Amino acid sequence: MNRHHNVKRYPGLGLLSIAFFAYLYAPLLIVVLYSFNANRITSVWTEFSFKWYGSALNNSALMAALKTSLIVAGIATVVATTIALLAALAIIRGKGVRFRKLSETVVNLPLLLPEIVLAVATLILFSLIGLQNGLLKLVIAHSAFCTPFAFLPIRARLQGMSLDLEEAGMDLYATRWTVFRRVTLPLIFPGLFSGAMLAFLISMDDFITSNLLSSGGTTTLPVYIFSLIRAGTSPELNAIATMLIVGSILLATIALSVAAHGQNNND
Amino acid sequence: MTDIASHHRPLLPRAHRRGIKLPYLGLLPAWLIMGFALILPIFIVGAVSVATRGAYGGFDWGFDLTGYRQIVFNEGWTGEMEFTAQYLIIIFRTILLAAITTILCLILAVPVAYWIASQPGHRKSILVFLVTLPFWMSMILRVYAWMIILGKGGPLPRFLGLFGAPEEMTLMYNDGATLAAMVYTYIPLMVLPVFASIEKLDGTLIEAARDLYGNRWVTLRRVILPLTAPGIASGAILVFVPALGAVLEPILMGGGKQMMMGSLIQLQFGGGRNWPFGAAIAVTLLTVVMLVLIAIAIRSARREIKP
Repeated sequence: MNRHHNVKRYPGLGLLSIAFFAYLYAPLLIVVLYSFNANRITSVWTEFSFKWYGSALNNSALMAALKTSLIVAGIATVVATTIALLAALAIIRGKGVRFRKLSETVVNLPLLLPEIVLAVATLILFSLIGLQNGLLKLVIAHSAFCTPFAFLPIRARLQGMSLDLEEAGMDLYATRWTVFRRVTLPLIFPGLFSGAMLAFLISMDDFITSNLLSSGGTTTLPVYIFSLIRAGTSPELNAIATMLIVGSILLATIALSVAAHGQNNND
Repeated sequence: MTDIASHHRPLLPRAHRRGIKLPYLGLLPAWLIMGFALILPIFIVGAVSVATRGAYGGFDWGFDLTGYRQIVFNEGWTGEMEFTAQYLIIIFRTILLAAITTILCLILAVPVAYWIASQPGHRKSILVFLVTLPFWMSMILRVYAWMIILGKGGPLPRFLGLFGAPEEMTLMYNDGATLAAMVYTYIPLMVLPVFASIEKLDGTLIEAARDLYGNRWVTLRRVILPLTAPGIASGAILVFVPALGAVLEPILMGGGKQMMMGSLIQLQFGGGRNWPFGAAIAVTLLTVVMLVLIAIAIRSARREIKP
């Protein structure tokens, strides 16, 4: 027995894996550490200080970029999640739907193609139809590429769900809409919630598309950070990075644990 | 009262009848936004790649292969065509860096995924979560972290300084730096699918291999790797495709000189203002991606047919 057990183990794997996790998190930790350095020169440590956080929070260009990002991500999340929910219901629950496989591929298309190609494609489209509104351009493009990120958790949730409760609702003469609102929606809520959070994160993080589409008044956060990086590393940039890293960890943790919790309830 | 009366009709046919129309309505918004913001624009990119360059940037409709010809030929002052390798080198570098990134991710991911799969249940889900987490952090910040690590005065040059490397050394602005950032940003996309297929692995097959006197390496090569091939294939797609389209890594780590196709396209639509040429590169990139996807699809179809 012991011999059989051993054969599945390879020596050194544990050590290698621990090194891997260190590799995954050490770079982020270094940015966080450097953000507390009082010295203006990033790489020379003088003393511990919070002052770069103060100067980051008083940076009006940063706050304007944050506001643009939040508006775009907020609207794109609502649009993408709605589109994804309707599509997932149709694909998983629709009876006798033709082009089911094709529709699923179309919804997931942004995941299959390089983002830079999609970015220049929308740039040309918007210039052809003469769309000038920077915010609207960003919202349309973000809604499109966030849709699959909202779609996948919702689809997974719908697929894992038994039809019993919905059928019980129908047997009790509830209308389709009532069944949807009172039975289906609460049951798929974990998938819906984590899908929306992930769509929000993807929109907040996007650089490639936003960089090509954004103009003067509509600089998003990553585009602004890119301009800071181009200007040279600075401790203030490290403070901004640290706040964003912490924000992303919080949102992603909530989203992924809600999804995992929903999965466990299903079993 | 009418409400109750309507319910006396049999339920199932009603649900069925309404169920036929509703799904199409549900799919409509998805088709509309993908059609408008994705499918239509990609066809437009194709049209622009054979358009002529406008006098003030942009383009004029037409059929002109200048955009594609510029990839290989440089037009001299008198209109003669001179062969130029610079863009072919960029295409070659893109494919090579994306391939090396995929291979390095694979070499790292297989042992780590195997180890995670061997952990007890609760610890396993925490580890999977820890692998996923960096993927949800800003891409630009993950690349920036490597600019700090490899940059002048950064931790790695300083560490190498202990062994006598020159003081002002920088490890930035070369293909190696681009590669380091690419492996770092795409590795979660490889670990997760490989882990998923290792977890499905039937442990009795490994024991059988052992009973037949296969040592660990024979077991790995002849049993574990073939059985996890589907996970490895999907991990390879998830890493290779975005790596082919990498923009941030070559711009920030390669320093603008060591371009890849993604940063070249970005340049043509940003500062360079040669839209037909940029579109021609974009179509080339899309073609490479499609060829990769088709090749992997054919391979995995063949594997399924074989017993």
